[in-house]
Amino acid sequence: MSRLNEANVELAQEIIARYPRRKSALIPLLHVAQEQNGYVTTAAMEHLAELVGITPAEVLGTASFYEMFKFEPQGKYMVNICTNISCQLLGGEELLHHAEKTLGIRPGGTTDDGLFTLEDVECMAACTEAPCLQVNYRHEYRLDHDDFDTLISELRSGSRPDIPDHGTLGLVRQHIPDGRMAGIDSPEKTGSPEWFTARSSN
Amino acid sequence: MTATENPESASPETNPGVPFTLNGVEFHANDGELLIDAAKRHGVHIPHFCYHPRMTPVGMCRMCLVEVDTGRGAGLQPSCMLPVTPNMKVNTESEPTTKAQDGVLELLLINHPLDCPVCDKGGECPLQDNAYAFGPGESRFVEEKRHYEKPIPISDLVYLDRERCILCDRCTRFASEVAGDPLIHFIGRGAQTEVNTFPEHEFSSYFSGNTVQICPVGALTAKPYRFAARPWDLSETESTSMVDSTGARVALHSSQDRLVRIQGVDSDATNWGWLSDKERFIYEATDSPERLTEPLVRDGSGDAVPTRWNNAVKQVVEALARPSDPRRIGVIGGARLTLESQYAWAKLLKGLGAVDNIDAQLGDGLPAELVLGLPKATIDSACQPGGVVVLLGPDLKEELPTLYLRLRHAIQFDGVSLVEISPRVTSFGDTVAARLNPLPGATGQIAKALADGMVGTSIGRSSAEELSAAHKLLISDRPVTVILGRGNLAESTDIIASAVASLRRANPNAKFLTALRRGNVHGALEMGLTPGYLPGAQPLSAAVDGWDMAPRSRGLDTAGILKSAVNGTLDTLVLLGADPLTDFPDSKLAAAAFERVGTVISVDTFMTASTGRADVVLPAAMFGEVDGTFLNLEGRISPVQAKVTSPGQTRADWMIAAEVAAAAGGDLGFTTLAELRSDIAANVPGFSDVHWDRTGHGADGPVITGIRSWEPTLTETAPIPPADDYGLRLVVDRKLWDNGTMTLAAASLKGQVGDAVMSVSPADLARLRIPSGNEASVAVGGGDARTVVVMSDPRVPVGAAHVPFHLNGVDASDFLVTGQPVIDIRIQAL
Ligand code: SF4
Ligand code: FES
Ligand code: FES
Repeated sequence: MSRLNEANVELAQEIIARYPRRKSALIPLLHVAQEQNGYVTTAAMEHLAELVGITPAEVLGTASFYEMFKFEPQGKYMVNICTNISCQLLGGEELLHHAEKTLGIRPGGTTDDGLFTLEDVECMAACTEAPCLQVNYRHEYRLDHDDFDTLISELRSGSRPDIPDHGTLGLVRQHIPDGRMAGIDSPEKTGSPEWFTARSSN
Repeated sequence: MTATENPESASPETNPGVPFTLNGVEFHANDGELLIDAAKRHGVHIPHFCYHPRMTPVGMCRMCLVEVDTGRGAGLQPSCMLPVTPNMKVNTESEPTTKAQDGVLELLLINHPLDCPVCDKGGECPLQDNAYAFGPGESRFVEEKRHYEKPIPISDLVYLDRERCILCDRCTRFASEVAGDPLIHFIGRGAQTEVNTFPEHEFSSYFSGNTVQICPVGALTAKPYRFAARPWDLSETESTSMVDSTGARVALHSSQDRLVRIQGVDSDATNWGWLSDKERFIYEATDSPERLTEPLVRDGSGDAVPTRWNNAVKQVVEALARPSDPRRIGVIGGARLTLESQYAWAKLLKGLGAVDNIDAQLGDGLPAELVLGLPKATIDSACQPGGVVVLLGPDLKEELPTLYLRLRHAIQFDGVSLVEISPRVTSFGDTVAARLNPLPGATGQIAKALADGMVGTSIGRSSAEELSAAHKLLISDRPVTVILGRGNLAESTDIIASAVASLRRANPNAKFLTALRRGNVHGALEMGLTPGYLPGAQPLSAAVDGWDMAPRSRGLDTAGILKSAVNGTLDTLVLLGADPLTDFPDSKLAAAAFERVGTVISVDTFMTASTGRADVVLPAAMFGEVDGTFLNLEGRISPVQAKVTSPGQTRADWMIAAEVAAAAGGDLGFTTLAELRSDIAANVPGFSDVHWDRTGHGADGPVITGIRSWEPTLTETAPIPPADDYGLRLVVDRKLWDNGTMTLAAASLKGQVGDAVMSVSPADLARLRIPSGNEASVAVGGGDARTVVVMSDPRVPVGAAHVPFHLNGVDASDFLVTGQPVIDIRIQAL
């Protein structure tokens, strides 16, 4: 049972209020759910369905389209190692194999202590810094095997406060003051733009 | 009372359409017509999977790619997404086209398991057919295919085999766009995509069977039909569903003289090919072992024992002849019968016996005067783009599901505005333009306010905004249709009649559809199986030419008949497929009537509670076994056809009537269906031109009962004062799945019937200090208290309490009392 907790329900309401239609808030709300538990729980999806007025099947259908939403418990640190072309040329695959050996898991697996989940991923737009990886979507550049080992022991010892737990998107949350909210009327209320009506009526 | 329809009124001369070239030949398409449709109209079939003419095209499968040149050079375009534009050149046979078809099929088959020999769809599978006709014949794919667990049940009725799925989005599109139950969805992405439900959730939609019918492969199969037959062993005939009064067109499929499947037929006028699961799977009842197959009579020790037909008929004749006065005979039922059988029984009872205590409705319908006399709309006219529909009645999804789908489509896509005047929020949810949920007793008052334009202040719980929105729509010059039904068994029909009077005063042009749920009930009323009318909605004073006599005075309705039995003034009760002991809302009255009445005769297909009490039981043939005619809620006539032999000694209802007449020394004047039909054509106004055998594929029968020569007399009655502060007003309505005889007799359907609870608005429940889901004590007036589960439900208006009728769990008939305009109950915490 991991529905959204009270604080997150309040946050969810605030997020929903930013959108003209409730269900448009689904993706940000999925992030809130993932942040709360480290992954998106079944109960949280049912809860989101209630909050935005769609069915749980629609929530899962939408969420499962995105690789970065997880539906099973993940390690505290998600380590994504790039094996796409630039990284591969500069030792990405070897880095992955080294990680497999060091952590004792295959891509997709999680260490027994629940600290690390390993993934083999495609280009993360940091080709100039190849080979690279991400920990909880924070880049680490040009790593050799020793760098990797150092990184892991830092993470184990808790000396990387710049890397929050898996699921956390940002350390600062956006707040839009009431006065600055704009354009939240639904298209049903405001009517379609002229060009749109003109096209659909012929 | 003449045919009122002419579907093809647009004249081609005035607008020749969009010129285009198809495989070198010049044609014209309609404005905005999709290429795939235009090609089909001109005899060119373009293979396709995901395209379905009743749903929004999505271009998922690419099977329909054809070579199109719009002046910028030829290229492949999906014809299901492409409206024809002027001078477009299309080639469906060119090499690029056939190469594309070849390629698409090879790719679609990469992950397909090719288990056709053990697949229900094999033999009628679009994927199989297209692969033969347009495919490469050979696969270059040597790798391992995708594997999933073989069929998983996604509901009690539907199985899903994900390996076979080609991801065409038909089932999922149907669920969200047509049915409004998006409980199945594409899950995952890329090669990992699958159709599925949410974990541990069911695809519990009233319309789930449609996905099986439209799935272009064997990925979705229906549990009742799995491995029951192969397509080439099936024999098929078209008929009309008698499950409810929409009259959906269906195809009956049989194998070895057993009904094994029903499929929807795309009829423009009615169901558009869709069916509710009740209409689709009800055939299972036909060969249920519970069927009555031989006549029964009660012997000396009171047991019902089999007997011969002539003995049973003799006893029926005696029971009908014994009473000194025809007013001592009562007849209940008739909505199960075909129009011909209804006429035969009406002629037997009214024309030979002068009996007028006849009612095809069981106290749960509408006054016959309204059903017969109000100017009728058609489903099409109600759903026409830009129309206004006033729903003065029940949740249509529960009572007339296929009509619900038509109306839902009209609201979503054709700009129809719905004004809901229902006792609680219906399945139309937030799509309504104005929602008024009057408390029972205030329905008439709300309608009167709408007519008078007194909408500046709120009335009860209806806000001024909702009222004035409703008022504006009601008096607008848009076409207005009132869908009239019985939204609450605990509110008297006088109140509904009063509301109708107000609505007619507000908008005299408004047309009506009477949303009664019992199968052929409109046919029954039209044929005179209702007190005060002769066939053709004529008054008793009108003489029917071919009839010996007619009743002298207006008879009793079902409630009256039952009361008369209780008073000891009824000797013989005839049940024409009716089960008042379970179906009449006030079950205490029905039980008391059966205690006192003399002889009970039942003509039925199943052993029901009431038939179990009968002295003579005559077994009747049922839907799927008889030829005949159906009259739907529009007054549209459509054929009902026999597909299988009726079991045992069962007979068609009209034959039973003819035999009873003959045994009594009378003569109904017909011994064949053709003679019976000529009798109707000759004697019933409006039926002289009916083409009884019009059974062509998808043929929509004509509407024959449009306008009457008389008007119903309607008066606006005073509102009923609200309940006191302790009382809650009772709302009793119906669910699709209830303990109806047919539902229980269909093996796959009986499990669908749920438990009833009493639901109350959250505010009332808080006031009563009862936590939702707890038991509470409920009493009507000074009567005994019952302990029932009470739930909180925001769809119930404040001040009301809702219970569905005839389910398991809370028994609504405990609270229903005949003759009360409204019923107030008291709920107390235990
Ligand atoms: S299950 Fe059938 S209808 Fe649904 S997407 Fe797959 S192939 Fe299409
Ligand atoms: S290839 Fe590794 S980041 Fe681009
Ligand atoms: S039928 Fe056109 S893309 Fe599927």
